[in-house]
Amino acid sequence: MTVPVTWQDVAALLPEFFLVVWASALLLLDVFWIREKRTTAWLSALGFVVALVLAVGQMGRAPLLAFRGMVIADAFSVFLVALFALSGLVGILLAQDYLARNGIERGEFYVLLMFSVVGMMLMARVADLVMIFLALELFSLPLYVMTGFARPRADSEEAALKYFLLGAFASGFMAFGIALVYGATSTTSLPHMVDVIQAGEADLALLTAGAALVLTGLGFKIATVPFHMWTPDVYHGAPSPVSGFMAATAKMAGFAALLRLFVLVFPVVADLTPVLWALAALSMVLGNVAAIAQRNIKRLLAYSSIAHAGYMLSAAVAFADPHLGPQAVAAILFYLVAYVLATFGAWGVVILLERRIGQEGLLLEDYAGLSRQYPGLAAAMAVFMLSFIGVPPTLGFFGKFYLFRVVLDAGFVGLALIGVLTSLVSAYYYLRVVMLMYMKPGEPIVRREPRVQATVLAAAALTLFLGLTAASSLYAWATEAILRFG
Amino acid sequence: MLWQYVPIAIMLVLSMGLAALIVALGHLVGPSRPTHRKMIPYESGMVPIGPGMRRQPIRFYRIAMLFLLFDIEVVFLLPWAVVSRKLGLFGFIEALIFIAILLVGYLYAWKGGALEWE
Repeated sequence: MTVPVTWQDVAALLPEFFLVVWASALLLLDVFWIREKRTTAWLSALGFVVALVLAVGQMGRAPLLAFRGMVIADAFSVFLVALFALSGLVGILLAQDYLARNGIERGEFYVLLMFSVVGMMLMARVADLVMIFLALELFSLPLYVMTGFARPRADSEEAALKYFLLGAFASGFMAFGIALVYGATSTTSLPHMVDVIQAGEADLALLTAGAALVLTGLGFKIATVPFHMWTPDVYHGAPSPVSGFMAATAKMAGFAALLRLFVLVFPVVADLTPVLWALAALSMVLGNVAAIAQRNIKRLLAYSSIAHAGYMLSAAVAFADPHLGPQAVAAILFYLVAYVLATFGAWGVVILLERRIGQEGLLLEDYAGLSRQYPGLAAAMAVFMLSFIGVPPTLGFFGKFYLFRVVLDAGFVGLALIGVLTSLVSAYYYLRVVMLMYMKPGEPIVRREPRVQATVLAAAALTLFLGLTAASSLYAWATEAILRFG
Repeated sequence: MLWQYVPIAIMLVLSMGLAALIVALGHLVGPSRPTHRKMIPYESGMVPIGPGMRRQPIRFYRIAMLFLLFDIEVVFLLPWAVVSRKLGLFGFIEALIFIAILLVGYLYAWKGGALEWE
């Protein structure tokens, strides 16, 4: 007789359970009854609102291992789960008008988006090696399909195939790494693994090799150099709302699992510190330098997302230091909030200016003269660009400040220097967008889509005002969202 | 630590060596008189129609994929059925949830027309 699942287990995963049931029901409703696809969009948005409320309701509780140690509901995971629910909502707000006007609106899109968000939430909850792989696949598979959603457009299909093949390859590395880590510690449970490692019973060489392979798999998801090759092509070919959603959330999910593994379980494999150092440095340099050469805004944002993965990874380099680990987690969580806000906002502007899918209104020149006709939108875009650079009143500045402080405390002065210098380089291409909007004459055509516009303005307002007023309290909140097992 | 696997390694080398030996001997010693009849793809005498790399309708893949999905369902249900008495009500409900999830997919595929051939 097995021990049944308790209500406590269900309560620990309440937002995920709700979303799975809601998405499954919505899938059937959509094919059997719903005529207007907009209804599906609204219902899935409602589902994310409820999931957000459920996630907020979980805040402040003691950490809880559920389902016999497969998942954990701690402050870190609840913080991210709430952020994922909010991201799902924003993803739908950005996507609905775009899909409808391009004639590719199908109910499955919203259902896939919900399943993907569930996978990302589980990514933040993992307490077992098996769960990492399951969650990774659950959030990746819907993303592959959503990338190819502009079927039969060739670039969208190509992007989907490329993303799928390389993603499957990366999953292979991940699975192999998991196998090696299991071989080194003879357990898949992460809390148990910590005990085994502390007792000195783990095979360190095998563990290091396994950790390196897991890092490869996760590095693909968060798009760090040298695992970034797919990023520009996929973000370019995918429908813009999908690119924006991926750029914001897939990175969060990857970092969630990476932090939990490296800060909590793998501090013992300090040998990997130079590897992380190199990944972070390469991402910052290559992402920013390659972005300068881009004429297409989607490719520019893709390279910029690679660079931001590098900034965040530079704080994770301090994972092996027991005192700095928690600080690195807080700094990265804070930066994720700033990055997600600016990313959603910037992609929202891209969606508003994209006249026909993947064809017109995507070049940087198309942004010329935006400030004359649409001062609000241009100001919002300027805020996002300044936040990406890290200019003081915006949230991005505080994000970079906390990140580089951790890097300096850990003694990686060279890495911090690379971060600051590449930020300067990035100012060149971010400010070019601002310069085009404000100083060049042009006749940009912008969609009247109130939901997307409202999302963009709200993201801009949050980026600016959280930076001006609440940055330190947000950081304090991120500090409380500390990683723990039990 | 790895010494216990040595017999397997010897076995592997021996079997591969034997296979290579037999194939090599056949090539070296056996007479080779290729006639037209002997070189056609099917020794049964069936005449092949068209080239081997033809385009297949995508429908086959769809059916194959659906078959795989629901085949896995059976693979999971079979071991459950064997121990269902031991698992009791809890196991029964678990299996029902599992079937319900797959049922959603089945209904979706059905309504979406994936089960129709034309």
